Amino acid sequence: MSTNIRVGWRASVGLTGDVLAALPVPLAFPLLIALYYGESPLPFIAAIAVSLALGAAFRSVQDPEVNLGPREAFLAVAMIWFLVAAVGAIPFVVAGVGTVAHPVNAMFEAMSGLTTTGATVLVDFSVHSRSVMMWRQVIQWLGGLGILILATAVLSEVGVGGAQLMETESQTQDVNKLTPKISQTAQLIWGIYFGLTGLAVVVYFLLGLAVDPQMDLYNAVAHAFTSVATAGFSPEPDSVGAFHPLIQWAVVPFMVIGSTSFVLIYFAINGEPMRLLKNEEFHFYLGAMGTLASIVAVGLFLDPSVTYGAEGTIRHAVFNVASIVTTTGYASTDYVLWAPAAKHMLFMGMFIGGMVGSTTCSIKSLRWLVALKTFRRNLFTSIHPEAIRPVRISGKSVDEGAIRDIYAYLLLSIVIFFLLAVVIVVDAERADLRVTEFEALGAAATTFLNIGPAFGEAGPYGTFASFPMSTRAVMIVLMWIGRIEIIPVLVLFTKAFWTS
Amino acid sequence: MHVVVIGAGEVGTSIAASLASSHEVVVVDVDPDRAEQLKYELDVLTIAGDGTTSEIQTAADVGRADMVIACTDNDQTNLVACGTAKTLGDGFTIARVKSTDFLRTWEGNEGAFGVDFMVCTDLLTAENIVRVIGLPAAIDVDPFASGLVQMAEFEIAEDSPVAGQTVSQADRFESLTFVGLFRDGEMTIPRGDTGIAVGDRAVVIGSPESVQAFATDVAPETTPGRADEIVIVGGSEIGYQTARLLEERDFKPRLIEQDADRARWLAETLPNTVVMEHDATDTEFLSREHVDDADILVTALRSDEKNLLVSVLAKRLGVDRVIAVVDSPDYVTVFEEIGIDIAINPRTVTAEEITRFTYESVAENIAVLENDQAEVLELELTEGCGLTGRPISEIVADSDARFVIGAITRDHKLVTPRGDTVLQAGDHVILLVESDSVSDITSMA
Repeated sequence: MSTNIRVGWRASVGLTGDVLAALPVPLAFPLLIALYYGESPLPFIAAIAVSLALGAAFRSVQDPEVNLGPREAFLAVAMIWFLVAAVGAIPFVVAGVGTVAHPVNAMFEAMSGLTTTGATVLVDFSVHSRSVMMWRQVIQWLGGLGILILATAVLSEVGVGGAQLMETESQTQDVNKLTPKISQTAQLIWGIYFGLTGLAVVVYFLLGLAVDPQMDLYNAVAHAFTSVATAGFSPEPDSVGAFHPLIQWAVVPFMVIGSTSFVLIYFAINGEPMRLLKNEEFHFYLGAMGTLASIVAVGLFLDPSVTYGAEGTIRHAVFNVASIVTTTGYASTDYVLWAPAAKHMLFMGMFIGGMVGSTTCSIKSLRWLVALKTFRRNLFTSIHPEAIRPVRISGKSVDEGAIRDIYAYLLLSIVIFFLLAVVIVVDAERADLRVTEFEALGAAATTFLNIGPAFGEAGPYGTFASFPMSTRAVMIVLMWIGRIEIIPVLVLFTKAFWTS
Repeated sequence: MHVVVIGAGEVGTSIAASLASSHEVVVVDVDPDRAEQLKYELDVLTIAGDGTTSEIQTAADVGRADMVIACTDNDQTNLVACGTAKTLGDGFTIARVKSTDFLRTWEGNEGAFGVDFMVCTDLLTAENIVRVIGLPAAIDVDPFASGLVQMAEFEIAEDSPVAGQTVSQADRFESLTFVGLFRDGEMTIPRGDTGIAVGDRAVVIGSPESVQAFATDVAPETTPGRADEIVIVGGSEIGYQTARLLEERDFKPRLIEQDADRARWLAETLPNTVVMEHDATDTEFLSREHVDDADILVTALRSDEKNLLVSVLAKRLGVDRVIAVVDSPDYVTVFEEIGIDIAINPRTVTAEEITRFTYESVAENIAVLENDQAEVLELELTEGCGLTGRPISEIVADSDARFVIGAITRDHKLVTPRGDTVLQAGDHVILLVESDSVSDITSMA
């Protein structure tokens, strides 16, 4: 029996090869750090060698006759995210220090990095070289850049990062209008990303000079990489909590901007700030964050065991809520110690996510906004069955087909999240570990929705190394699926994708 | 004046009839029988043939014409006719169109299609409906500057809250100007401290929204407010434009349209209108949606028969005021005899608008008030005329003419006149002038 494969896989593999062949550029950065600090450059040389070899091999099958259509793009995106993570794991294995010396742990750390999740399996931060720690930061920054490429319509047919949502909002038309060429548009968006990262380096470093010697140039660069990318790794075991309160405050706006639509930021920079300020998704996103932060702050004030003081309470509430909602995953304090009510608020915040067209993960504000507005519309049409009520976001009506897709996506996300939670509980019981339901739910949400820390052992100052190896393997897959928004991976498992 | 009317349908015939007595009118129509028939009905010259061709237009002596009015039933024919006319002479061309798209294009590019003045039937009808709905208390309402500005005259009733107030108390709207006050048939130009008494007639000029708001102040009982239920039946172009204009005036109408795609389009385009997709002749639906409680119902379906049916149904269910769009002028009286409150015929509306425009004057547009005591004029200012380059207060001080500037439109935007506003070439100025001073003003413009 022979079935014809109807996917131009050569094009997908070729594109993956192109990306792998470019990896030595970001790998050169930790390599230079290693040389500067006199550490072993071997981990990075190994990774560079592998990426060059793989890249060359993949590129050799490239067939210029085959066009990169939607199917090929799906396949390419799935492969790129997996293989870049795999290459990214090599330095951890070669360095051979600590928990990440184990290949599964190394893959977990790299996938958590590339998907801008920020969940870590490191136990002792001090044993690792500065260059390896910097590689964790670089790979997260790379993950943020990658998702921006997908999310800002450069590969909009894949529909990752909410690009198809932007189409329904007819924002992609605007993006395409920025410049007639899509590569130029991509450059504009990346320009903003680079600019914001640079700004974060300067702000962190200057503040470090002023108030906190701990925030040296190394830490300024490391944290700039992971705040605009809403990623969340930190070379410090205490995350951003290791720094002066002023620096903690300074990190908040960069996380918030990283989760704001880069297309709207572009317009804001170019003299049309009203498009951002009047955007309903922006209102929803800020409103959700503000509301949750206020509730958490009130909860902390009412909790007699909390002794942060007024400024500290507000700062910890705002910082940690912003970190969770933007899906960054930094922490300014170990919120595992908070009362259950405050912790549950953070858990809820995990599902919101930032704006479409940004580096954010999770479900994203626009989907919730459309779902809520559709629900309200449906209440109205149940009273007036003949009424035609388009759902409007920022004055523009949303296509009914897009609404169905959003509902399907929400349902699929919730189902996968619950399945993962069950797997975590069952697997932990098998391994004779005590994981409470809440901790399991938190760990499931934080990995699948690419946020970072969970609760309990896997809290912001804890580690995912405490979960069984099998659980971590499942988490690797779900971080991967969650980051590229489920569909590109799931379609690979349909027969129709390959044959029809 | 030599006037060529192209198209001898209801609109063309009506225009020709009102112009025939004082002007030299030539009517062109494709149908030889129609042309022959008209020759005996009216004192006009008729030519049978295609009015878009230069051959026929030359026969009608378009080259010498002061005005060419293209008012056939076909938009493209009218536009081409005007374009052809411009190649033969420089008469003022007027085109009747149905499509608002052509109107948009023309408004954005003065002189597009060779048309000097464009009348959009559907939009005009919708404006008429909205005026009837929105300003029942007004004695007289006229649109200026393609609908950007409205002039309205109100009589102050005994129970009006405005009675006893001064002009400055009553005129609390940014884009509204109080231009005239008639008391016992005598006109005064009001100042801020002029008192308003019962029985006075007040003339205001401003944006349609501010006129609407002022009407609510003057006659809160009769002017419909936001709470009033307005139902439009039929999402035709007229129905759509009516809903759009009502939205602009802060109403939240309901619109019933049977076609699913059209209903979806209407719902997407009209954010403040509740669009329902159903057959409006279904009484069960009408009562379920409480259409019987509506204060005003407009029927704008595409067929007269259906409009009649829905109007009668609505009246029977107990709707307060029913306004029907009637395509055939012959049915207008029939509708009103049956008990429909107001029947509006788009052709009549169009013919009236074009006829109004043909009054000989430098003014773009005029309205005559109170037995010709005063006129409201719309002037388009040209470079170097006596009104430009100086603040309004100076012009008023230097001139013996008695006038009040009510509104200015600049680049299709309303500018509220103040003492220090400087008029520019290209501005459209809408002003009230005492009849004796009209010649002074028009000589300055």
